[in-house]
Amino acid sequence: MYDVIIIGAGVCGAAVARELSRYQAKICVLEKEEDVCCGTSKANSAIVHAGYDAVTGSLKAKLNVRGNERMGELAKELDFPFERNGSLVLCLNEADMPNLQALYDRGVANGVRELRILNREEVLEMEPNVTENVYAALYAPTAGIVCPFGLNIALAENAYANGVEFYFDTEVTEIHKSEEGYVLQTDKGSFETKYVVNAAGVYADRFHNMVSEKKIHITARRGDYCLLDKEAGNHVHKTIFALPGKLGKGILVTPTVHGNLLVGPTAVDVEDKEGINTTAEGLAQVFEKAGMSVRNIPTRQVITSFAGLRAHEDGDDFIIGEAEDAPGFIDCAGIESPGIASCPAIGEMAAELIRDKMGLAEKTDFIADRQGIKNPNTLSMEERNALIKENPAYGNIICRCEMVTEGEIIDAIRRPLGAKSLDGVKRRTRAGMGRCQSGFCAPRTMEILARECDMSMFDITKSGGDSKLVVGTNKDTV
Amino acid sequence: MRNYDIVIVGGGPAGLAAAVSARQSGIESIIILERDKELGGILNQCIHNGFGLHTFKEELTGPEYADRFIAQVRELKIEYKLNTMVLDIGQDKTVTAMNREDGMFEIQAKAVILAMGCRERPRGALNIPGYRPAGIYSAGTAQRLVNMEGYMPGREVVILGSGDIGLIMARRMTLEGAKVKVVAELMPYSGGLKRNIVQCLDDYGIPLKLSHTVVDITGKERVEGVTLAQVDEKNKPIPGTEEFYSCDTLLLSVGLIPENEISRGMGVTINPVTSGPKVNESLETNLEGVFACGNVLHVHDLVDFVSEEASAAGRNAAAYVKGTSVADAAPEAEICLNPTAGVRYTVPSTIRRARMEDNLTVRFRVGGVYKNCFVSVYFDDERVIHRKRQVLAPGEMEEVKLTKEQLLQYPKLEQITFKIEEE
Repeated sequence: MYDVIIIGAGVCGAAVARELSRYQAKICVLEKEEDVCCGTSKANSAIVHAGYDAVTGSLKAKLNVRGNERMGELAKELDFPFERNGSLVLCLNEADMPNLQALYDRGVANGVRELRILNREEVLEMEPNVTENVYAALYAPTAGIVCPFGLNIALAENAYANGVEFYFDTEVTEIHKSEEGYVLQTDKGSFETKYVVNAAGVYADRFHNMVSEKKIHITARRGDYCLLDKEAGNHVHKTIFALPGKLGKGILVTPTVHGNLLVGPTAVDVEDKEGINTTAEGLAQVFEKAGMSVRNIPTRQVITSFAGLRAHEDGDDFIIGEAEDAPGFIDCAGIESPGIASCPAIGEMAAELIRDKMGLAEKTDFIADRQGIKNPNTLSMEERNALIKENPAYGNIICRCEMVTEGEIIDAIRRPLGAKSLDGVKRRTRAGMGRCQSGFCAPRTMEILARECDMSMFDITKSGGDSKLVVGTNKDTV
Repeated sequence: MRNYDIVIVGGGPAGLAAAVSARQSGIESIIILERDKELGGILNQCIHNGFGLHTFKEELTGPEYADRFIAQVRELKIEYKLNTMVLDIGQDKTVTAMNREDGMFEIQAKAVILAMGCRERPRGALNIPGYRPAGIYSAGTAQRLVNMEGYMPGREVVILGSGDIGLIMARRMTLEGAKVKVVAELMPYSGGLKRNIVQCLDDYGIPLKLSHTVVDITGKERVEGVTLAQVDEKNKPIPGTEEFYSCDTLLLSVGLIPENEISRGMGVTINPVTSGPKVNESLETNLEGVFACGNVLHVHDLVDFVSEEASAAGRNAAAYVKGTSVADAAPEAEICLNPTAGVRYTVPSTIRRARMEDNLTVRFRVGGVYKNCFVSVYFDDERVIHRKRQVLAPGEMEEVKLTKEQLLQYPKLEQITFKIEEE
C-alpha cells in the first residue's frame, strides 16, 4: 500500500514526486513509457515564461509567476541548465498598442517584475534581427530558457534519491475506489494507494473521468517545431514572441539553453493523443509566421524538426487539486504552456495539499541537492586531465557534434533512473542531438548501451517498446 | 607543449596522402590526428570496389585503397595518434586534442593541414514531415552498421537521395538480404555517378524515381512506411501523386557537408557554395600555413582526386615549413577565379603565379545537366580553353588543367572566368 501514487513521469509528475519526497510517505510514480520525459515534457518550447500571459487570478498566472521565481534556485539545487535570457513580445503596428499595454498591465497585476515597454529603436538595438516593422515590444527580463529534459530528469533523480519508487513501461489501465483509497490496475499488476496524483499529461482526462462524475476534457494540441544548428544560435538572444492569438502564444523564435535556435510551435488540435507527427503545412507555417517577427532566419540550418502535444483543457486553466467527488484523487491536469515554467510551483502546491490532507511529517534527511552528469566541456584543461586520468572514458569523444565523451554516456546509463535507450542517452547527455543528428555516434552509443546494460544489440531501442534499431545480421535471411 | 612541423587533422584518404607527400617533400616532423580507431577514414566502410582506377590503374575496394596509403605512412614512419579528437585550433596553430591515454594536450604546429572530411545531411535538413520512429538512418550510418559491424538496420528499405552512398547502399542492402523497394530523388537527375546507377540500381531492378521526395513517414516506434510524391519544377510536392510504400527502413542520402567547425573556429574563411575553406593555388586558406584538402575542402566523388589534391596540399605545406614558398614569391596581385554561367564554384579560388606549381588542376562542379556543351575558360576577356563535352552533370566533378607557363604569358592577367557555353 502506497501513500501516494503519481501517474506520469513528465515534468509535473516528477515535480510533485520531488516535492512530496520531502515528507515521510511511501510514494511511487507509474510511467507508461520506458523513461521519464517522454510526452509533452520532451517536446515544447522550453520557455520559463515571465507570467504576463495568463488571466490574472488564474492558476496559470499564479503558478507561472511562482514557478519562474523558483526556477533559478531549483536549477542550482538540482544542477540543470537554466538561463534568464529575457523575452520580447512584439507589437507590429500602432493599432495593436492597446493589446501590448493590456499584456503589460496584466503582467504587473500577476506580479511579474521588471516589465518594460520598449520603443522600436530600443527593440532593434537589443535584437537587430527583429523585423524592421516592429513598433514596440514588451520586455520581460525575468523570462528564461531551460533544458526541459534536464529539468525533468533532475526532478525525478532527486525524488528517487529521496526514496520515491519509479515503475517504467507500466501503463495504468483502470482505477477503482477502494476502502482506503484507490486500486490502480496496470499492465504489470495492480497497485494500491491512499492518494493518487494524476499527472498524465494529454491523458489526464481519461484518469480523472475514471473516478469523477465532474468530467474534464483534454484536447491534444499539436505544435510543430524546427531546431537550427548552433551556428544560428546567436540569431536572437531573447525569446521573441508575436502578440498572442486565440490558440496560444503563436510562433516564437528563441535561442535554446544549449545554444541552438528553436522556432515554433504551430497549434493544431488533433484526435490522436500519440499524434506527434510533423506535417508539411505545419513546418512551412513555422517559418512563414516566424519570418513576421524575425528577419533572415537561416532556414537552411535546420537540423531537425519535431512536434509536441499540449494538454489543453476546455476550461483553459490548469486543474490542480482534489477532484470534488473523488477524495484522495489529486489532479494536475490541463498542464499546457506555461507548464514548464510553472512545474516547480505545481509540485509545491500538490505536495502541500497532500501533506495537509494526510498530515505528513517532514523528513529530517531530505536531500535537496542533486549532481547532474559532469560536463567536461566546462572544465579547465588541468581539471579535465585529472578526470581523464581517473577515468579514461572521459577522454573518448563519442558524439563529435556535441563533444560528448564516453564517460558522460556511461554515467547517464549507470546513474539511478539511468538511460536505457538511444533517446534516453540523448536527453541526458546531448549525444546525437547535434548537427549530424546521431549519424556518427548512434552505432557507438548502441555498443556502449549493449555493453553497460548487458543487452544484445538487437534489443537496443531508440526509445523503448518496439523501436528496435537493428533487426538482424548480414545475410541472415539469404 | 609538443612541437611538430605539420599537424594533419584527419587520417582518412586526404590526411594520409597529404602526410605521405609532405614526408616525401622532406618534412620529418609530421603527426596525423585521427578521431576513429583506425586510419583510412570512411574508406574502411566502403567495401565495394571501384577505387583507385586513376591512381593505381586497378580496381580496389575502399579498405584496400586506404591500405596502400597506410602502408606508406608506416613505411615512412609518419607518426599518428588514433582515437584522438581535435577540439580546437588557435590562429597561432596551437592544436588542442584529446584521447584516453594522453588526456587533453596541445601541439604547436608550424603548418596545419585540415583533412576532416564531411558528414551526411540529416533528415532535418530536408524538413521531411511525419513521425520520428526508429529505422531512419543516413546511408553512411547504415553502411557502417552493415559493413563494419554486420548488423542489418532493416528488411524493407526505401532510399531517399541518389547520391553515391545511397546508390551503393541500395546494392549492399540487396546483397545482404534486404528488399530495396525504390530510390527516390528530388532532382530531375541523379546526384551520383552514372556507373553507380547502372551497377547498383539497374543491375538489381531497383527503380529510381526522379523528381520524387518523401512527404510523410509513418510508424510510431519503428518505421512502417513512407509516402513518396512527385515534385514540380520548384521541388514542391504535387498533390495527387502520393504513393505509399510499406517499409521498415528509410535511408537518407541527401547530401554531404564538409565538417568545418574547427576551421570556422580558428577563423578560416568559408566559401558558402562548397561549405569548405576558400583556398589559393597552394590549397592554403586565408590563414597562412593552414591548408585544406579532400572532402573538408569540397565534396569529391572519386577518392583518387582526393589523394591527388591532398598530395598537393602536403607538398605545399612542406614548402611553407621550409620557407621556400615564401622566399620564391615576389609580391604580386592574386588572379581571381570566377565561376559563372553554370559553373558553381572552383577550387582554388585564387592563384598567385609565383607560388604555383608547374601544373595546376582547377576542380569545379556544374549546377545542372548540360548536353553537348563547351567548358570555356577566359583569361580576362580572351577565351583560351574551349572544350566540347557530351554531358556535364552536378554529380560528376570536372577539372581544367592550367600550367604556370601558360599563365606567365599573361603578365597582366587579373581574372580567369569559367563558363559552360552552348557553342
